Amino acid sequence: MTGPAQRGTGEPVGEPVGGTGTDLTAEGGHGAVPTAGVPVPPVAPGRVTRRGWPLWEVFIRARRGLSHQHVGSLHAPDAVMALRNARDVYTRRGEGVSIWVVPATAIIATSPDEKDPFFDPALDKAYRHPTFYDVPEGVSHL
Amino acid sequence: MTTTPTNTASANPASSTTGHPALAQYVTGLGDDALVLSHRLAEWITNAPQLEEDLALANISLDLLGQARTLLSYAGEVEGKGRTEDDLAYLRSEREFRNLQLVEIPNGDFAVTIARQLIISAYQFELYTALLSSADETLAALAAKAIKEVDYHRDHATQWTLRLGDGTEQSHARMQVALEATWPYVEELFDPTDIARELAALPGVAVDPSTLRESWTAYVRPVLVEATMPEPQPNRRSRGGRRGLHTEYLGHMLAEMQILHRAHPGVTW
Repeated sequence: MTGPAQRGTGEPVGEPVGGTGTDLTAEGGHGAVPTAGVPVPPVAPGRVTRRGWPLWEVFIRARRGLSHQHVGSLHAPDAVMALRNARDVYTRRGEGVSIWVVPATAIIATSPDEKDPFFDPALDKAYRHPTFYDVPEGVSHL
Repeated sequence: MTTTPTNTASANPASSTTGHPALAQYVTGLGDDALVLSHRLAEWITNAPQLEEDLALANISLDLLGQARTLLSYAGEVEGKGRTEDDLAYLRSEREFRNLQLVEIPNGDFAVTIARQLIISAYQFELYTALLSSADETLAALAAKAIKEVDYHRDHATQWTLRLGDGTEQSHARMQVALEATWPYVEELFDPTDIARELAALPGVAVDPSTLRESWTAYVRPVLVEATMPEPQPNRRSRGGRRGLHTEYLGHMLAEMQILHRAHPGVTW
C-alpha cells in the first residue's frame, strides 16, 4: 500500500521527532517511550512502511454513565479512518457506545526518570484515601 | 426472525403449501450474492495492507455470511425439499449458483476490492431499503437487520475510494484501473431480465432491480466526483449470473469453499 498515508494532513507523526531533548510519546499504549535518536530503518523511495501511518490511542465508553477508558492503540492514515478502525478492532463484541481516538503524539506522558518525585511521595499518606468513613450502600462508581 | 417461514408463506397469496419455487429462486440469488462476496472478502484475511484493515474486511465478510445464512436457510424452507443452508452453500454446482457476476470476480489489488465493495454495498443498501416494505415478513425483517450492516460497508468503501482516488498519483492510477475493471459488471445489477419470472410471480415481495438504479447513481456518482475519479464508460457488460452463467473464476472459488464439506460430509468442529 502506498497511497493513503500521504493524504490530507497525514503528517507522519509516528516517525521519531527531531530535537535535542528527550522526546516521549505514549507509544502503543505502553507508557512513555523515548523516540528521539531511535534508529529508523531506511525506507525505499515510494514505499510507505507501517510506521508511515500515525499511531492513535483509543478510548471507549462501555455504556452511559461511565467514563471513556483507554483500551489500546492502532494505526490509521487520518482521524476519520482511525475512528472506523477503532470500531472494527475494539468494538466487535459490543464493547462500547462511544469511541474517542487521540493522536498518540498529543499525549504528554510522564518520564520513567521522573517516577520517584512524581509518585513516591503519595505512597505513605494513607489519610488521603477515603477509608475513614463508610460509603453508603448503593453508591457506585465512586 | 419475527415470523416463521410457514406463517409467512401462508400469508403470501402467491405461495402454496408445497413450496414456492419462485420465492426460493429469488431468495437464493440474494443469498448467493452475500455468500460469494463473503468468501472473497475472507480471502483477504492475513493479506490486507494493515492489521486494522484485515479486521475491517473480516467484519464485513462475517456480516455478509450472516445474511447469507438467513437467506439460504429461508430459501431452503420455502423450496420445501428439505435442503438446509449447508446443502445450498456446499452441495450446489457452479451453474446452480445465482449470484451476480460482480461478487465472484477475484479480489485483485486492494483498489479492485474497494471498487467492488463500493458498487455492491451501495446496491445492497438500496435493495434492502426497498425490501423493508416487502410483503414477505421474513425478507422485510432480514432487510431491517442487514441495512445497518450494509450502511457501514458502504461507508467503509466510500472512505477508501476517496482516499485512494484523491491520494497519491499511484493510488489514483490504481483506483482508476480498479474502476475500469469492475464497472462492466454494474449493468447486470440492475437488469431484471433474468429474474423476470420471479418478479412477475412475487408482486410486492421481490424488488425489481431496475428501480434501484437512480438512487444507486445518486449515491455513487458524487463519491466518484469527490474522489476525483471519472466514471468509467465500459463498452462491454456482464450478464447471466442470476440464471447460473458465471465467469471462469467462480468454479475455482467454489472448489476451495466446498472441498471440506464434500470430502467430509456433515463434518463439524
